[in-house]
Amino acid sequence: MDGLSVRDLSVRFGATTAVAQVDLEVPSGSVTAVLGPSGSGKSTLLRAVAGLESPASGSVSYAGADLARVPVHRRGFALMFQDGQLFAHQSVARNVGYPLRLRHRPAREITVRVAELLDLVGLTGFEDRSPATLSGGERQRVALARSLAVEPRMLLLDEPLSALDAGLRERLAADLAAILRTAGTTTLLVTHDHEEAFAVADRIVLMRDGRVVQGGTLDEVWRAPADAWAARFLGYAVTLEGDAARRLCDLVAPQAAWTSVALRRSAIRLDEGGPLAGTVLAARVGPDQVRLELEVDGLGRLEGVADPGHRVQAGDRVALSVVPDRLAALPGPA
Amino acid sequence: MIGGRRAARLGTAALAAVPLLVLVAFFLYPVGGMVARGFWPGGAFHPGGVWDVLARSRVHRVLWFTVWTAGLATVLAVVLGVPVAFVLHRLSFRGQGVLRTLIVVPFVMPTVVAGVAFRELIRTSGPLGGLHLDGTPTAIVAALVFFNVSVVVRTVGSFWEGLDRRTEEAAAALGASPLRVFGTITLPALLPSVASAASVVFLFCSTSFGIVLTLGGLRYANVETEIYQLTTQELDLQGAAALSVLQIVVITALLVLSHRARRGSPALSRQARRGRRPRWRDTAVLAWSAVVIAMLMTPLATLVEASLRSSDGWTLANYRALQTTGSDDALLVTASSALRNSFVIALQAAGIALILGVIVSYLVSRRPRSGAGRRASGLFDGIFMLPLGVSAVTLGFGFLITLDRPPLDLRTSELLIPIAQAMVALPLVVRTLAPVLTSIDPRMREAAASLGAGPLRVLAVVDLPHAWRAILASIGFAFAVSLGEFGATSFLARDDSPTLPVVIYDLIGHPGAANFGMAMAGSVVLAAATGAAMLLVESFRVTSVGAF
Amino acid sequence: MRPRSTLTRAAAATAVLLTAVAALAGCGSSSQDTANGKVLTIATHDSWAMSKDVMAEFKAETGITVRIAKNGDVGELTNKLVLTKGDPIADGVFGIDNTFATRAIDEGVLAKFTPPIAPASLSRFELTDNGESYLTPIDYGDVCVNVDDTWFAQHKIPEPKTLDDLIDPRYKNLMVTPAATTSSPGLAFLLATIGHYGTTGWKAYWQKLLDNGVKIDAGWTDAYEVDFTAGGGHGDRPIVLSYSSSPPFTVPKGGTKPTTSALLDTCFRQVEYAGVLKGAKNPQAMQKFISFMINKQFQAALPDNMYVYPADTSVALPADWSTWAPVSPDPIAVSPADITKNRTQWLDEWRDLTTR
Repeated sequence: MDGLSVRDLSVRFGATTAVAQVDLEVPSGSVTAVLGPSGSGKSTLLRAVAGLESPASGSVSYAGADLARVPVHRRGFALMFQDGQLFAHQSVARNVGYPLRLRHRPAREITVRVAELLDLVGLTGFEDRSPATLSGGERQRVALARSLAVEPRMLLLDEPLSALDAGLRERLAADLAAILRTAGTTTLLVTHDHEEAFAVADRIVLMRDGRVVQGGTLDEVWRAPADAWAARFLGYAVTLEGDAARRLCDLVAPQAAWTSVALRRSAIRLDEGGPLAGTVLAARVGPDQVRLELEVDGLGRLEGVADPGHRVQAGDRVALSVVPDRLAALPGPA
Repeated sequence: MIGGRRAARLGTAALAAVPLLVLVAFFLYPVGGMVARGFWPGGAFHPGGVWDVLARSRVHRVLWFTVWTAGLATVLAVVLGVPVAFVLHRLSFRGQGVLRTLIVVPFVMPTVVAGVAFRELIRTSGPLGGLHLDGTPTAIVAALVFFNVSVVVRTVGSFWEGLDRRTEEAAAALGASPLRVFGTITLPALLPSVASAASVVFLFCSTSFGIVLTLGGLRYANVETEIYQLTTQELDLQGAAALSVLQIVVITALLVLSHRARRGSPALSRQARRGRRPRWRDTAVLAWSAVVIAMLMTPLATLVEASLRSSDGWTLANYRALQTTGSDDALLVTASSALRNSFVIALQAAGIALILGVIVSYLVSRRPRSGAGRRASGLFDGIFMLPLGVSAVTLGFGFLITLDRPPLDLRTSELLIPIAQAMVALPLVVRTLAPVLTSIDPRMREAAASLGAGPLRVLAVVDLPHAWRAILASIGFAFAVSLGEFGATSFLARDDSPTLPVVIYDLIGHPGAANFGMAMAGSVVLAAATGAAMLLVESFRVTSVGAF
Repeated sequence: MRPRSTLTRAAAATAVLLTAVAALAGCGSSSQDTANGKVLTIATHDSWAMSKDVMAEFKAETGITVRIAKNGDVGELTNKLVLTKGDPIADGVFGIDNTFATRAIDEGVLAKFTPPIAPASLSRFELTDNGESYLTPIDYGDVCVNVDDTWFAQHKIPEPKTLDDLIDPRYKNLMVTPAATTSSPGLAFLLATIGHYGTTGWKAYWQKLLDNGVKIDAGWTDAYEVDFTAGGGHGDRPIVLSYSSSPPFTVPKGGTKPTTSALLDTCFRQVEYAGVLKGAKNPQAMQKFISFMINKQFQAALPDNMYVYPADTSVALPADWSTWAPVSPDPIAVSPADITKNRTQWLDEWRDLTTR
């Protein structure tokens, strides 16, 4: 196949195994996110793909060709870190033009291409600025432009947005997704932030303790988390097991037999005709909805939401309904 | 509010006064006194005589020799040292700590001992006799490199350790070959530390005394040996003053250069990142480092070999002789009691250097907001570096002619030698401590103060936990340097409690193979003691030790 | 409140530190003892060595403790005394030799003193300045070219005998000498050549010596212990400048005969003196010590301790000295006054000749 293919890859540091028998596909033109907490081995996986770590076993290949003997600088990938790693002693234009100069492109062509790239990332006219004078977001844009300069076969992004503040992260994530699709670059992104993964990627691989827990399209993964841990990591607010799960199952899908279920906050709604009853423990008004903390009869402590118009306060008894597409059944503990 | 700030400023001034007073009393005043003798020959001010000295053709030759040997040695030390800095600070492997210690041993060795070790090595019938280096400038340059490679390795290495290697990885991923990455990314980033190391190495080389005297014979002289010559043999104080002033001017320029280079570099990263394991493609640089380290160790090995040799073959007799006063009572005391003296004196010197060094580092590490404050802080930092490069002869003779009346009637005091050694060790303590204290985020101190901690409490809660390793390391470093100090010590009156380097010097000055062998054994013991002290220092893993 | 306490504490800390430094500086000074006449400080050169028994004898006789302060080589020692004139670093000096004696006298460093009783042979070495005596001769030594007899026997080359022989191409690259500018025996050798070839002829001789490959080291140690074939370092040059007293030290273990000998036609005589320093705190003690230095016991101990011959020639030499270390019957001489007058010029000329 074309695109990246990782087979049975393990990376060890002394006695510790950072990456254990990982299989991974990044189809050409796709943006794949590896999502995992810190220490899950996701960055090591990325570094092994880049050629910065030597695998203990397994293979990395691109477009069917094995990369074991190809050094970092010959792989034709571009690597970008969370703080960009701009070359502090070079101007923005020289940073972006660096890979072009490495390839001995004519100076005129470099100037034109640099301007084009800066335009792509929304930094027209920043050529002569020094990296030290840029904001965090601008630096990441320059780093991205530099990475895209020579149209890499694949782009490797290591937590590209994590160093930015929330608002900027959201905006840049949207921009990044758009830029990557415009450029059509095959991309492997690692992150610990599911929002970032969902905003940028179209495929997700979940990692824990050096192993792949689950992988697939956004929708596949989102709909069917592999287990309770995966569900929590993907942004589900709570998981229920045993009697509580069964009770919820009877309510939503009587023909199924769940032993464990993950709920998003918005799975429980305040609804006057709802089948569940509970006591409000706390209510906080937000711009889009009222966020509730509830003691639901038969299910225990859960979070829920109410439309902004509702005036509820702690201590109220309320009726509640379940929104079926906001919860996901999990494979039982077996 | 204004009163408070003034009070704080007064407190700072009072604190700064302590080391300043000591520096003035035990450095600026004696050196000034000696230089003044040259400017006021016979009591009348006659500066013309001093400037006439600079027109002498011999002085021109001496200056040229000083500049080219020091320049060449600096270039070589950088070329040899930078790959070693990579291997010892960027990679990680078993035995690395021992190697880091070994390369610092030459730096703290007494020059007398190193001079003899070198001559043993390169004399025509010695192990490297075939190269015909004896008595050539090549031998002098080689010895200067031997002493100073560790300065480059430590300075560049500690900086390199803190460099974010992901910058290089990003460049590699963009298509830059390893050589290209080094040339376009790593080297430009390392330049400030290389410049700082180079200027300090040049300073050490151009003021080297023992090496040029032992290896250069009288055919070659640099500024330092010329000052010695003019002062001790010819009593030409005008000539000596002219060269001393010139030396101080050049050193000041070099220190400014080094300071500028350091300022351009980011603060030291707090915890050194673990290096990566060596790989096959590091073979060339590993081999290079192995050769450099072997070159540094060869003179030491020669020393060990000579200490185990007598006319009858291999023996430990030379070591047993350390309990005696040498054959024909060559010494006033036994070598082992001299070693005890050395320990006591080095401890005193390390103590003095530490007290002063902590104060200086503390003051230098407070980053003043105003430009004038920063300049004052830089100047304050700079003048404590001066003892690194000012002629030991001038300082030693200056002690004799200035410290002769109360309250500084110290010429016969037992503390004169520890004080002189502390002056030499002080700059090294400051260069070890100041980067560590500077790397503390000032907001931590502000946070502690806002929680109700008084200034001393802030020191105890914020600075001390951060700096205690560096403090212990700098005590050890100052101790090792004092243990091997010979230059300043040898120009002070040496009485019945001499240090081991002085005893070694006495021993090799007496005829008889037994005394020579005993000197070699003493040298090995001294090198081992300084090595052990440095090994202890290394165990604190403070990267700024021995860096500039 | 806080800024005030900063100031107070800083000031208090400063005061404590200053007190500590002052206390450190104050202790260890022995000036009180000196004033009481109990301690005598003698400035001398680095080659000083004397047996404990002899020194204990002086203490027993006079109750005075002697403190020996080594101050570098003769030149450094003399110049330190000149620089500290009027406020000397010691009570007396031992070790100024005939190459530096007149500088010390001319600079007014010394106080007049003549020991009341002195052996007759001392007069041979006496220096007088307008009939006044400042320095008392204690010992003498001959600086001579030494050769490694074993080496010459093995290589079947006849040994050199005179200064002229040393420029014979047969002895090319075989000689090593310490430099005249940094070593007192080196200066003595230069003076020997000046005394022998005259104030104009010596330069031509040295040029030939250099052409014949003479090696110049910084000090005696480098020459003898590193480069000389019979020295501690087993070097590769069998001709070295040293002393007439050096051969007895090369008697091999179990052997009876030294493996080296001194060339007695190449010698320059160095005489070492003792004197009282002007402005000394304790001049009487030094006077007593000078008298002690010229008594039989001290004189007899000189050869074994400092490798020099006693100025009292009636004192018996050690057995191997009388056999293997004879003094030169006719050493080359240059007057002390000439040395003082011309030293700088000679050394400059010598340096220009030998420096590349």
